[in-house]
Amino acid sequence: MAGGNGDALRVVGRPQRKVDAVDKVTGQTRFADDMHLPQMLYGKLLRSPHPHARIVHIDASGAEKLPGVKAVLVGSELPIPFGILPVSQDEHALAPDRVRFVGDPVAAVAATSEDVATAALDRIAVQYEQLDTIASIDEAVQRAEPLIHDYGDNGNLHKLINLEFGDVEEGFAEADVVREDLFFYGGNTHLPMEQHAAVASYSADHKLTLWSSTQTPHYVHRALAKVLAMPASRIRVIACPNGGGFGGKSDPFNHEIVVARLAMKTGRPVKITLTREEVFYCHRGRHPTLMWAKTGVTKDGHITAMHFRTALDGGGYGSYGVASTYYTGALQTVTYQIDRYKFQGARAFTNKPPCGPKRGHGTPQPRFGVEVQVDKLAEQLNLDPAEMRLRHLVPPDSLTANYMRVGSIGLKACINKVVDGSGWKNTFRKLPEGRGVGLACSGYLSGAGLPIYWNNMPHSGVQLKCDRGGGVTVFCGSTDIGQGSDSILAYIVAEVLGVDPFEIRVVTADTDLTPVDLGSYSSRVTLMSGNAALQAAERARDMIAPEAAAKLDVPRERLVFAESRVFDAENPEHAMSFAEAVQAAEAVVGTIGTVGSYTPPESAGRYRGAGVGPSPAYSYSAAVAEVAVDLESGIVSVPKIWVAHDVGRCINPTAVMGQVEGSIYMGLGEALMEDMAYREDRRVVHKIPSMLEYKSPTTLEMCEVETFLITDPDPNGPFGAKEVGQGPLLPVAPAVANAVYDAVGVRIDEVPITPEKVHQALKRKAKGHEARYGPMSFPDIPWPDPTRVPTPAEGGDGTTAVPPERQH
Amino acid sequence: MLRLPRFTYLQPTSIDNALRMKQDAGPEGMYVAGGTDLYPNMKRRHQEPKTVIALNGLDDLHHVTINPGEGTAIGAGTTLRDIETHTDLGLEHPVVAKAAELIATPLLRNMGTVGGNLCLDTRCNYYNQSYEWRKCIDFCMKKDGEVCWVAPSSPRCWAVSSTDLAPVMVALAARYTLVGPGGDRQVAAGDFYNDDGIEYLTKRPEEILADVRLPAANGWDATYWKLRRRGSFDFPVLGVAAWVAWDGNTVRDARIVLGGVASFPKLVPASSEAIVGSDLDDDAIAASAHAAFKPAKPMDNTDFGLAWRKEMTRNYVRGALEELRDRHRRA
Amino acid sequence: MANSPNKHAEKVHVSLTVNGEHTEVAFAPHRTLLEVLREDLGLTGTKHGCELGECGTCVVLLDDRPVLSCLVLGIDCAGRSVKTVEGIADGPTLHPLQEAFADLGAAQCGYCTPGFLLTAEALLEEYPSPSRDEIKQALAGNLCRCTGYIKIYEAVELAAARLRGEAAEPKDEALYGRR
Repeated sequence: MAGGNGDALRVVGRPQRKVDAVDKVTGQTRFADDMHLPQMLYGKLLRSPHPHARIVHIDASGAEKLPGVKAVLVGSELPIPFGILPVSQDEHALAPDRVRFVGDPVAAVAATSEDVATAALDRIAVQYEQLDTIASIDEAVQRAEPLIHDYGDNGNLHKLINLEFGDVEEGFAEADVVREDLFFYGGNTHLPMEQHAAVASYSADHKLTLWSSTQTPHYVHRALAKVLAMPASRIRVIACPNGGGFGGKSDPFNHEIVVARLAMKTGRPVKITLTREEVFYCHRGRHPTLMWAKTGVTKDGHITAMHFRTALDGGGYGSYGVASTYYTGALQTVTYQIDRYKFQGARAFTNKPPCGPKRGHGTPQPRFGVEVQVDKLAEQLNLDPAEMRLRHLVPPDSLTANYMRVGSIGLKACINKVVDGSGWKNTFRKLPEGRGVGLACSGYLSGAGLPIYWNNMPHSGVQLKCDRGGGVTVFCGSTDIGQGSDSILAYIVAEVLGVDPFEIRVVTADTDLTPVDLGSYSSRVTLMSGNAALQAAERARDMIAPEAAAKLDVPRERLVFAESRVFDAENPEHAMSFAEAVQAAEAVVGTIGTVGSYTPPESAGRYRGAGVGPSPAYSYSAAVAEVAVDLESGIVSVPKIWVAHDVGRCINPTAVMGQVEGSIYMGLGEALMEDMAYREDRRVVHKIPSMLEYKSPTTLEMCEVETFLITDPDPNGPFGAKEVGQGPLLPVAPAVANAVYDAVGVRIDEVPITPEKVHQALKRKAKGHEARYGPMSFPDIPWPDPTRVPTPAEGGDGTTAVPPERQH
Repeated sequence: MLRLPRFTYLQPTSIDNALRMKQDAGPEGMYVAGGTDLYPNMKRRHQEPKTVIALNGLDDLHHVTINPGEGTAIGAGTTLRDIETHTDLGLEHPVVAKAAELIATPLLRNMGTVGGNLCLDTRCNYYNQSYEWRKCIDFCMKKDGEVCWVAPSSPRCWAVSSTDLAPVMVALAARYTLVGPGGDRQVAAGDFYNDDGIEYLTKRPEEILADVRLPAANGWDATYWKLRRRGSFDFPVLGVAAWVAWDGNTVRDARIVLGGVASFPKLVPASSEAIVGSDLDDDAIAASAHAAFKPAKPMDNTDFGLAWRKEMTRNYVRGALEELRDRHRRA
Repeated sequence: MANSPNKHAEKVHVSLTVNGEHTEVAFAPHRTLLEVLREDLGLTGTKHGCELGECGTCVVLLDDRPVLSCLVLGIDCAGRSVKTVEGIADGPTLHPLQEAFADLGAAQCGYCTPGFLLTAEALLEEYPSPSRDEIKQALAGNLCRCTGYIKIYEAVELAAARLRGEAAEPKDEALYGRR
């Protein structure tokens, strides 16, 4: 066992405060906008009022003349493009010649106050030549002109994917029932309570420091070095604690580069804090996704084949979009056994703020489709939906048809818990009209198996220092966005070294001080930085233990590190303090410092596109939602959700609970009301970019949540831990949709499930028409030839089949 | 951070003092009470007074005076929170307390006032936007532009009356006391509002809404139903105020007023007439609900789709009337 | 008290009580209490999420009543008492609400936390034993995107019990979930 401190875990698994809890409840946590540096200037970005236009001319002289303005910046001064993915380097800090959505930045100023900077923006004259817009997936499919970007797979289709694992037609032929369904999952955004902010400082010795509310300081570091054409070694990026991220602060952003350049230009610190409206324009939220799913099942519900198509509305830039598109096809296979699987995905460029990764990144949309379709299939087969799922779970330690390696899978326990807890057997199909229950499940990654840019270095690194006073400091590039990743480092190190987690100093997210961690995305931090911390701590213990054993005259294997002491397991009173143990070791081996790092296991798939989906471990969730539907208005309320989550092991169960409840909350908002709505008629402009009109559930909409934590330690997780930050969001929307059907007999194949949609479906039902609301067609997309990969069951080895003579 | 523009801030110590300040400031002067409507509008630059005259320091405007049998006067400066928690007012005029507690959020109700809600600027998805956003649609008729984007061929502005208290006041036939440089005048609540998104009040700009007079509670009952996405924060996309005067078990008189479907609180006489003389039987209620549904004309400028909002008029009028009937039958 | 009337270009000099201390500060009259606290007094514990009264992040207590500091003019606070998150604790001793928020993980990212703490403090001052529904109603003007509010309710209930003098501890299912 990795802990190795006797049998019992003393820290891991116990409810604890987070290490930053006191700072947070006393207002001492310093978020980026709380920074104030002497001589600091305030920056503002001028954003495009047009959804699509060529920039003809910019005259910034009016702004330069305004008293208090210290610098004006335009796109030509920052000509090098950037973007989070190496394949989508399509953004500029300030648009040099073309704007692609309302809110695309074109110029910037730094001034002595935010008021002056704002006033200066009105004095920058930009002459635009307006271009036609592409407002939707359909338009992007139909029209290659105007071309939003001069790269991409086909006209305005940014990315096209076609993967086939086994022959799905053969699978459909084996099936007793085959059904096709269309689904749509609307776009929504992260809405972190903290608006993005960044402060930059540039010193006379040419060193740049950026403080920012970013989830990915390492990627911001790389983007700054690239765009500013500066050695990365002269740039320091410090991620401040994030006031919520949810994926929305995972890209390098215009304002981060601009604020740095403004600091360099003025020689003074500069701060840019975005307004709420600007945060909507940064977006990178959930891709609106249209889906078509064809699934064949045998009479007992076994899935013989699934063919899944997705079309994503990507917005104006690439962002994480290529990965997002792959994700809409990657994890369908990790819950229920699917013999043969085909995935076709397309991402469209449109003249809207770019979509990207939001909690669940690309997987809540297809999961909605899968879980609602399974519910429909269960009804058709006259099976209980819980029972049907339980019969066909992916076995542990197996390879899926698309080469996802599933290790531990606690989904059976999850389903059983929510079924028993909710009284499912007495409620499903048994409640009075207007009341219903619905079940859905999901699986999610504990960290992406591959890094965003190709390299063979570790994904997470930790340095650890033990000092003579018994103090321990952990250094790691990971970024706490509220999920508690700083605390995880402290708990794990505390467990191994037997010290109090609150005596450990945690230094994180500072590219000068901390080894690289790739960032807080893809639910990777507990597993990856946790494993790195575990390794560093074990190495430190290994440095200290021989000398402590010698001093105590006890065999090494009998030493226990606990209670800030080192003692003999057979005689706990025979002990020395942890500080004394460090001193004993330091006297012999020198300064006690170690490193740890983590690299995920190699993926099983070796086909093109196999990089998205593999993970060291998958978490699993199941949820039962109870709904009340008003038959006259179509208003849906959700009084309660039962959720069970397989987290492997809880490092801190209370923190795990918080992630589960928060995921349910965000999923509920997506299921019922959150909508990134645009006016598509006159101008492609965000309908109302405000906290008031983007409907985030209040205390009065949030449901009661009953949470069951399933612990089934995964060998790849630190102490067996898997992720919890994202997975529990996934079953919420389909569980609510399935419950609405149970309540009133209408299928809402679209998210959000608004009263208007339910009302329309109820009207159709009353008239004897199809009792459904949802998309009616899927566009005719010019798919490329499929990449055919034989499944493991067919004897495949994860590579593409050759020769591809069976194409078409 | 969104910030206020610069302006001159005046803190009068009496109503007369305030009136003089407004006279001096001219059309660029505006009164403010709680600030929860004006300041966001100023931050988005769609209201731009150069002089702001604060009424929140005027004690004369902050009172609730109940004279049983005669009526009630509520000072316009009373906060919504004080209305909602006022024990005697809650007993005498529960509909007012109920409407007040449905406004915005507890925090905003700690700040916002009765007068502020009654004079709430009309709202529209094309108007309640930042300067930058409005610039990208070439502005609208209500501020800085020429066209009403809700109905581009229309000569008028279709911004929506979004106050929760006003429909109640119109239904109750409350009277407002307005104080102007020439003295006081009383105006019926129903005459205080205009069906125009821009000129939505008949109040002269220099007049101060000083108080609201409610008729004594005797033999009548009223309720208010509010439709919105969330149980908090949101403005009404539909408000239904229903007032009935009972004569035994027969409705002697009635008023049904709709909020959120026009630029003013819309009294629907046909809806009222449909129940007069009835005992609020199902048929009468259905006829009243249908009569309210017909003229309700929500436009596509608030949350939710307009067809659904129109449809809900029927449900909400019916619900409100059923509530009144059930209460009467229980009593 | 503030001078009145004033010229809009000039700063006003205002005396007020902030977290129990007499404070004097000069600022332009169009500045909100939020700006005065964060930028003129350096009290950055008060956060902001929209500056339009649409999120509840910037709550402070003004004469013990929770208000949105983004919509209150600093000048209107002359002679009044303001309490921010920095003033909740009694010196180094945390307020029971702060203890409970910390123990239950009711603060995740912590950005909305100051607003929730102050709104809850005002609630408990008025209603020492609020029901779950009363807590929801009182907090309905504060948005949180991290917690789903549940840990916040539990923390308010725990703190309320402790403030009533009960030896309350977190419920087992709040810490571990249902078993």
